[in-house]
Amino acid sequence: MKIVRELADSAGDFTAAVGGVTLFLGRLLGQIPAALLRPSLIVAQVHNTGALSLVIIMTCALFVGAVLGLLGYDTLLRFGSEDALGTVGALGLVKELGPVVTALLYAGRAGTALASELGLMRATDQLTAIEMMAVDPMRRVVAPRFIGGVIAMPLLTVVFIAIGIFGVQLVGVQNFGVDSASFWSQMRASVELNDIAEGVIKGCVFGLACNLIAVYEGYNAIPTAEGVGRATTRTVVISAVLTLMLDYMITAVML
Amino acid sequence: MVSAVSTDVSSAQPAAASESLIEIRDVHYSVGGRSIFSGLNLSIPRGRITALMGPSGTGKTTLLRLVTGQIKPTRGEILFDGINVSTLKTRELYALRRRMGMLFQNGALLTDMSVFENVAFPLREHTDLPECLIRNIVLTKLQAVGLRGAAQLMPAELSGGMNRRVALARTMATDPEVLIYDEPFTGLDPISMGMIVRLVRHMNAALGITSIVVSHDVHELSGLSDTSYIIAGGKVAAAGKLNELKGHQSEIVNQFLNGLPDGPVPFHYPAADYQQQLLADSE
Ligand SMILES: Nc1ncnc2c1ncn2[C@@H]1O[C@H](COP(=O)(O)OP(=O)(O)O)[C@@H](O)[C@H]1O
Ligand SMILES: [Mg+2]
Repeated sequence: MKIVRELADSAGDFTAAVGGVTLFLGRLLGQIPAALLRPSLIVAQVHNTGALSLVIIMTCALFVGAVLGLLGYDTLLRFGSEDALGTVGALGLVKELGPVVTALLYAGRAGTALASELGLMRATDQLTAIEMMAVDPMRRVVAPRFIGGVIAMPLLTVVFIAIGIFGVQLVGVQNFGVDSASFWSQMRASVELNDIAEGVIKGCVFGLACNLIAVYEGYNAIPTAEGVGRATTRTVVISAVLTLMLDYMITAVML
Repeated sequence: MVSAVSTDVSSAQPAAASESLIEIRDVHYSVGGRSIFSGLNLSIPRGRITALMGPSGTGKTTLLRLVTGQIKPTRGEILFDGINVSTLKTRELYALRRRMGMLFQNGALLTDMSVFENVAFPLREHTDLPECLIRNIVLTKLQAVGLRGAAQLMPAELSGGMNRRVALARTMATDPEVLIYDEPFTGLDPISMGMIVRLVRHMNAALGITSIVVSHDVHELSGLSDTSYIIAGGKVAAAGKLNELKGHQSEIVNQFLNGLPDGPVPFHYPAADYQQQLLADSE
């Protein structure tokens, strides 16, 4: 009985949260045309979020690529087809690892920074002060950050994929002596436009989701130190779960 | 820019004749099932300094949020220059807010911008003035609060008093008709406090700006305000010149103005019987 009530409660909470995010998204989308008229604000935010995550994205991409090289080589060797390492690495990175790991890292680095920045602005009355100066904080503060993040994330995904492939190549070609020419030519021959489209779609969808969660949690943070901390944690947790759920759906649809 | 806004919104009533700029009529407000105001009436005279006083948690900040349209009363009306604030649409409300300036307790400067950019912020948002003109206005406003030399500092590098003075300069950048100060003296050293008092008086005397000062600093306010309202129990408990209120017959007003530790606002938070609780706990 108690479990039923708890389930009903959390289902209610979930519905309320989804409703809240939807309303917020509506308000945000309404301000996006006006925000697009001030590209300098957006460029500053692309720089902010991008530069913030670039080093961590590049480092992780190199290691993910290298691991993919090790495991891929080991598996392919059993079938005597190590020349296909380029294909395996590229497909794995473009379709799955690139977008997903970038999104997870982005949520942890830039998403939390975004949420805590907005939460702190809420807690220190900065957002109210902006409203009192007859400026809509949705247009001036939230929308440029959201758009900047949505632009930055696909770019970071591309960087991740490029460096990741370099990592595969480093292990496969330099270390295990896979033939360099067949590594690249097989990759070029078998990676299709569809595969790249899947990566691009995932990068864009995850970018929308992660940035929406970050600005929503930050903007609606309870205006205390504890509330800002909670908003930051929730940003990471919800972004990660949502990314993996969306990943499954997109993969299933595009198969 | 401001005048265009005022003709637009206030067309409902020719307001210039009225003595008071803000009228609060029978306002009721409750939050989370708790009643904060029950039948609040007061008026803020044009071109004067009005003090709003009262014990902590009595709803002074809430009142300011009502006046600036951040929240709506459950009953009653709030008139700003004849305009009913609580019925305005967002766009009209923003137009009205350009006639008001509000100072937050901690200054609420935008932390990712320098002092100069903070003061320039409302100008950049609302006007297309050329850069050189913006520069001149910003430097003039900073000079008025004595912080022209701090223009390139970031908010984190400022003391509490400097923070509030920059916030005042930022508010002044768009030449508001009303300045609302929420607890401007709290947590300041005597020198900074003196500076803020001087600025409040100057803005009022030199520029004729209607000022509302929320504070519980009886001493500072007695030399500053023209009229004072003491708010307690969801209503105005006393109104008038602060010096004349000292001998007020109401107990709560007496307790507040003379700083008595016990009275209608009890020293003890409501609790169960002391003896019984001690005995019960030891069992
Ligand atoms: N959003 C809110 N939710 C719940 N209670 C609130 C809220 N805002 C204000 N209050 C309550 O209203 C009362 C008045 O608050 P406030 O206006 O900040 O008092 P003051 O500024 O006079 O110290 C306080 O007791 C506070 O707990
Ligand atoms: Mg207060």
